[in-house]
Amino acid sequence: MKKYLGLALTLAVVVAAVGAPWLAATDPMTTDFASGLKPPGSPGHPLGTDQLGRDLLARVLYGARLALFIGVCTVVVTAIVGGLLGLVAGFVERWPSAAIMRLADVQLSFPFILLALTINAIVGLGLRNIILSLSAAGWVVYARVVRGEVLSVKQRDYVHAAAALGVGRPRLLFRHVLPNVAPSIIVVASLQFSQFVVAEAAISFLGFGVQPPTPAWGSMLSESRDFLYVAWWLGAFPGAALALTALGVNLLGDWLRDTLDPKLRV
Amino acid sequence: MRGWIASRLLQTVLVIFLSLTAVFGMVRLSGDPVLLFMPMDIQAKDVNEYRERLGFNDPLLVQYARFMRGAVRGDFGESLRYRRDALGLVLERLPATLLLAGTAMLLTLALAVPLGVATAVRRDGAVDHAGTVLMVLGQATPGFWLGLMLIYLFAVQLRWLPTGGMGGLAHLVMPAVVLAAFYAARVARLTRSAVLEALGEDYVLTARAKGLAERHVVGKHALRNSAIPIVTLAGLEAGQLLGGAVVTETIFAWPGLGRLTVQALLNRDFPVVMAAVSFTSIVYTLMNLVVDLLYAWLDPRVRLRS
Repeated sequence: MKKYLGLALTLAVVVAAVGAPWLAATDPMTTDFASGLKPPGSPGHPLGTDQLGRDLLARVLYGARLALFIGVCTVVVTAIVGGLLGLVAGFVERWPSAAIMRLADVQLSFPFILLALTINAIVGLGLRNIILSLSAAGWVVYARVVRGEVLSVKQRDYVHAAAALGVGRPRLLFRHVLPNVAPSIIVVASLQFSQFVVAEAAISFLGFGVQPPTPAWGSMLSESRDFLYVAWWLGAFPGAALALTALGVNLLGDWLRDTLDPKLRV
Repeated sequence: MRGWIASRLLQTVLVIFLSLTAVFGMVRLSGDPVLLFMPMDIQAKDVNEYRERLGFNDPLLVQYARFMRGAVRGDFGESLRYRRDALGLVLERLPATLLLAGTAMLLTLALAVPLGVATAVRRDGAVDHAGTVLMVLGQATPGFWLGLMLIYLFAVQLRWLPTGGMGGLAHLVMPAVVLAAFYAARVARLTRSAVLEALGEDYVLTARAKGLAERHVVGKHALRNSAIPIVTLAGLEAGQLLGGAVVTETIFAWPGLGRLTVQALLNRDFPVVMAAVSFTSIVYTLMNLVVDLLYAWLDPRVRLRS
């Protein structure tokens, strides 16, 4: 059940993102002041239009594109950076381990959203900087989980055996330890994904991150606040898209954890 | 035990020290920090004068020492916008945040623990399925969207509740519900799995075997042994809430710490940002310490192992 619903929702978002140019009847940026704030079900605009007459369906579909792009980029960056730091912290003890783990402690003393928001306000707006800010705030979970896994994997017999056969440390790390830690990295990535997508929307909602007129769900929700009294659909649909995306990916992540690594607590 | 507490305290002091260092480093990410610390309406020719006056021409180490010396005394400089002590502005917002965080936390526990226990006891029954759906939905629904939709329904359409601001009890309802919806979903999931785990233990079997009523088995034996993870998570969530819920406070115009931080970021009022972020981090770190001490007190295995 979890598996199928999660897969179906995730697939739907991917289809929306990839197929946005074909699924949307009009361009998400084309304004048409004559037909502004049309309710859902208007001819040619199944989800209605916004205050500038832009087609809401097109904007929600293109929003999926942006959300997935930011989510995937951030997950990849954090998985590589956090994963490598976790590998090093678990494998090379002494000071590198201590230094990385103290750094993780420090980062965990800031709430995730506050840290990402502040970094974003400092480094500046735009797509590249939002990915940078989310990554800078989000690598810690990987580092912690991977380090814990490495500490246990490196005590296994096959690692000792490989070391006894004279396998060098880099090869030992990447050929023998990393493949056995990979399932946890995948599970953490799937569970982190929706957190990143929602955080991006929250940051754009607060006026940082991705700026209008780019169709991002967060900034669409932010704009919708001014029209809450007259046009409920402006907030309802982008938010629902965001919630369904988070739901689908969360379910998929839960299922992956149950199958790959039931003991893992994130 | 005493040694363990001492080492834990020392570690906390170290983390706070490093966190303040991180705040100092963070405002240097942009390259030129002077742009963050001068009033918006300044002329280009005056930038260098500001740089000199704010001490950004000094060696980095001197600047760092100056920041840390100020931070230890609670001096983060003056707000660029309000021309007042930055930390003072932060502390002024604390009561509002405390009220919201406290209410949200109470609501979270009141919703989550009964729901978690009910779903665990009736495992795979209708209650479990319905409860699990609620938890999954609560976790996936973004708070700011839920907030907007609640405002539309209860403030715009039905006119039962005010759209935002702080005032009577009615103002507190929606922001507290929005925060609790998310946190309660997490606590309920954890309660469910912890109670399920406890129900599989031998002491539960023993309690049942000696004929104890089921409500005593669940309430006295299973729930008490599940308390540790629940207390841990609830404590960490309380720590997060005390830093101010940035998004929820903004939507509901709640005059707390979170909204102050967002406004300071939007106004590029960085002394206030640094004061707020440092304060939040310290509160969160101390909350972690409290949770750890509580943990050791509840479970002797923790302190004996380390």
